[in-house]
Parts: sequence; C-alpha cells; structure tokens
Amino acid sequence: MGKIKILKPGLLSTIQDLGRVGYQQFGMPVSGAMDTHALQMANLLVGNKPSDACIEATLMGPEIEFMTDAQIGLAGALSDVTINNIPVDAFTNHLVKKGDVLKTDIFKQGSRLYIAIAGGFDVPVVMGSQSTYLRGKLGGYGGRALQEGDEIEIGKGRAICQRRLNPDCLLLPQNTNTINVIAAIESEAFTLAGITNFLSENYTVSSQSDRMGYRLNGPHIAHRHGADILSAGIANGTIQVPAHGEPIIMLADRQTIGGYTKIANVISADLPLLGQMKAGDKIRFKEVRLDEAHRLLREQNEMLLRAITAQNN
Amino acid sequence: MMMQIFPLGDSAFQVKLGTAISPDTLQKIRSLMQLLEESEIEGITELVPSYTDIIIHYQPLVIDFKLLVSQIKKMAAEIKPNSAVDYKTVRIPVLYGETFGKDLPHVCQHSGLNKEQVINRHCEASYLVYMLGFTPGFCYLGGMDKAIATPRKEVPDSKILSGSVGIAGEQTGIYPIESPGGWQIIGRTPLRLFKPEKDEPFLLEAGNVLEFYPINKDEYERLNEHNDG
Repeated sequence: MGKIKILKPGLLSTIQDLGRVGYQQFGMPVSGAMDTHALQMANLLVGNKPSDACIEATLMGPEIEFMTDAQIGLAGALSDVTINNIPVDAFTNHLVKKGDVLKTDIFKQGSRLYIAIAGGFDVPVVMGSQSTYLRGKLGGYGGRALQEGDEIEIGKGRAICQRRLNPDCLLLPQNTNTINVIAAIESEAFTLAGITNFLSENYTVSSQSDRMGYRLNGPHIAHRHGADILSAGIANGTIQVPAHGEPIIMLADRQTIGGYTKIANVISADLPLLGQMKAGDKIRFKEVRLDEAHRLLREQNEMLLRAITAQNN
Repeated sequence: MMMQIFPLGDSAFQVKLGTAISPDTLQKIRSLMQLLEESEIEGITELVPSYTDIIIHYQPLVIDFKLLVSQIKKMAAEIKPNSAVDYKTVRIPVLYGETFGKDLPHVCQHSGLNKEQVINRHCEASYLVYMLGFTPGFCYLGGMDKAIATPRKEVPDSKILSGSVGIAGEQTGIYPIESPGGWQIIGRTPLRLFKPEKDEPFLLEAGNVLEFYPINKDEYERLNEHNDG
C-alpha cells in the first residue's frame, strides 16, 4: 500500500469524513466535513464511497507528493491546481505517478477544498469515523491537523475512467448569501424587534469562526427575559444567541449540548454553503417551513447524483 | 404523560418531558430512551438526552417527520407514570486529598468540616447521572450533599488531570479528559471514563447511579488505568 507525503500543509488541513455519529449522548462531538456535499463529490470523482474520508483544506490548500501511483479528485472551494507545476483542470479526476507533486493555491471562492484519493486514507477508524476532532485530539491523522513531512497511508484503490464534476453543482458563497432557517423552540424568548433584525438584516461571519461554529456580527437580537436556558442537545446549524445579542451558528465540531437560547436552525441543504463561508461573508436569514426544508434537501441529494459524469475520451 | 415536540432544524427534534431537573423527569426520559432504543426505527440516527429533553436526530429522506412523531407519541403513551427503570449502579474508587486532591483543604475550610467528614459526605450520597456533555464522557450529576458545596475557583486551573474528582458549587463531577477548569479538585479516580480506542468507549451513561468510595495509594496504583503515571 502506498503513501502520500505532505510537503506543505496549507493553513488548516485535516482528515474528515461524514462524522462520528452515535456518540453525542456521551458528550462526543460529531465533527466531519464542513461541506459534506463537496466531500461526497470529491469521492465520487475517484470512484470511492461518497462517505469516505478526504483531506479538508482551509482557505489555502496543501502541497502533496505522491509516493505511489494514484488517482485523485478535488471538489469544493475554487483554486488553481497544478501537478508538477503544470496547470490542470480542477474539475476532473487525475492519474498521478509516484513522485508527482500536487499544488493548490489560495482559494479564489469558498473556504474548504476536499482532496479525495482512490481507496481513501488508511488512518484508524475511531468510534466509527476517520474524522479529526481537533479539540479532543482524536481521529484523523494522529488527532491533529496535517503538518509538513507527514506521510499518510492510502487505501487500495483502482483507477477508473475520467470523470468530471459539473462546477454548477458546487455550493459557493457570493457577496450576500441567503441561508434558510427553521424557527427554534425558544424563538419566543426574543423580542419582536430582535426577531425582525434576525430575519431582515445582514449578519457578517466574524474572524472568531472555526469548525466549531461561526460567531456573527450584526444588529442586536434582544432577549425578553434572559439568554440562559437549562442545557439541552443542539444540532448541526443550531443558532444560539448569548446575552451579548449576536448569533453563533454551531457547526461540525460543536459541543453536544448548549445552554443559550436558540433562535433558529439552518436547514440541512444550506449547511454545505455555510461551511464554505469565511470571515467577512454576509448572511441574510430566511425562515422556511419544515416540508420546504425537506424538499430542498431531496433536491440537493438528486443534484449530487447528476454532478459527476463520465468523460468520453 | 406530558410531552411536547418541537423541530430542531430539519433533521432533529426536541421531545420535552419536563421543565425542571428532577429524578421524576429523568425517569420519564430513561423510559422513553429505552423504548426508542428497543424500537430500532429505521431513520433515527442518534438519541441525545439532557435534563428535561431528548433530542432525536433522524434522516428526513428515510423516514417522514410526521410519521415518526406519531410513532413516538404512541410509544410515550405506553409509559406508565411510575414505571420502574433499572438504574445501573457504578462504584467509583477515589484517592482523596494529597497531590491528586489538592483543593480538599479548601473545601474543608469552606464547609467547616474536617477531611474525613468531607470524604464521608462525598461517599455517602448516591448520584444520578442526568446527562453527559461539555467534554466527551463528562457527567452532570445530581445529589451532592450541600454541606460540602464550594464555589468554583476565581481563576481556573490551566490543566486538570483526567480522572480528577471535583466540586463546583452544588455539583460534583469527574474530568474524563485532561482539560482546563475551575473546579475544586478533591481527589482522583484511577478509572478511565473515556477510552476512544475501545468498542464501548464510555464507562458511564445517563441514568447511571454513581457511588464514590475512598481508596489508598496502593489500591490507586493497582487500579490505575491512566498512562500518565
């Protein structure tokens, strides 16, 4: 079995799959890809199971040397991609030879790029997942972000024919982004003016944002009585508002329970787009009904099946 | 049985079974958890209990939300008000005081009790595990004797060893992993609460009853599961 070597790690590159599901009742965060849609597309490009682990690169991609022949595919944020310093099509899979070097650059749009390799990454499965949980120092490669000189074992893959990703199927942020939400149980804990602000004003992703959650800056959301509740479970995309009145969206590495009032939850179909945002991006929240959210999720799943097509050479 | 259901986004919902922390609400939560676990309904991915609620995570494209809610209402209706729930008791050995419980003198000073009295009070009570969270394997316990309640530290310690047993206000708890924290540390258990490499990674779960008992240094060394010596 072969390996890849990290020549430069990029800003924050971790191994992620669809997350560590089933242990939240013991206080274990789920983790997993911030943009699960792109992760699945990267895997489909190389014939992997959609749920296999990829490298999730953040804002600037890594530089990787292949220590064996392999097939790779990328999806997510837009970046220039070179193999041995020669620009290549970022939307097709590529066969690479032993000694080849893949480089990506500072991302032009989006903040997370997924690098899949045929056969996946051969890192230990911890509690049912290969995802890295950075704060808990477990999963992925040694429970940490990739560093220069790391050599990662890859699984046994078989090269497939050329496949291409339709770039229209990527979910990437624009200047202002509509994020659909479903009202939360405690939405009555806020003043009408607070709710109106939340649903009609722009909120900006702050620099205090990471895989655990995004802190947003924007108009104050006032509470009627107070910001603290008896702690209860939260979900991916739960939007909490602490006493300071600015929302926090809980994401992949979120803790399992929360003690702040919840105003709404981001719908599942909009979590991948959210995962592609970075500090400075603007959000406009829009309330939708549950059946609408489920319809959008179904459509997104159908889009995933159409996103990758075989190329005729 | 009083029960309210609210969506928590489009892939989870909150089942509210009470409004305050109580053994009675815990019993309802454990009863429904047990029925849900036994039902093995396809499309449910996780059950996350807390003081007064259960969050049910589901796959909306596998099971219809309304259908799932009606199944759960039917299930809840089967729960009898005083149905017995089998709480498993787990005994936790603790080496109190000395280097592993360096804040024990402070708890003594605050409570006006001597060392043996504080240890006795801590060991005589049975503690209900209401929920886990904060860090993997951290248990929120109820039932501590108020006589040994001691406020948190004003300046948290930057490093508390895994297995440390502490007091914060009227709560007591065990640190499953090394982390910063402001609890008054009175001892350490040689047991590991969180073993990510095992098939069953967690020693404790919601609905357990914990009992602490004192051990000496030799027993601690014999039982020690931590690899930090």
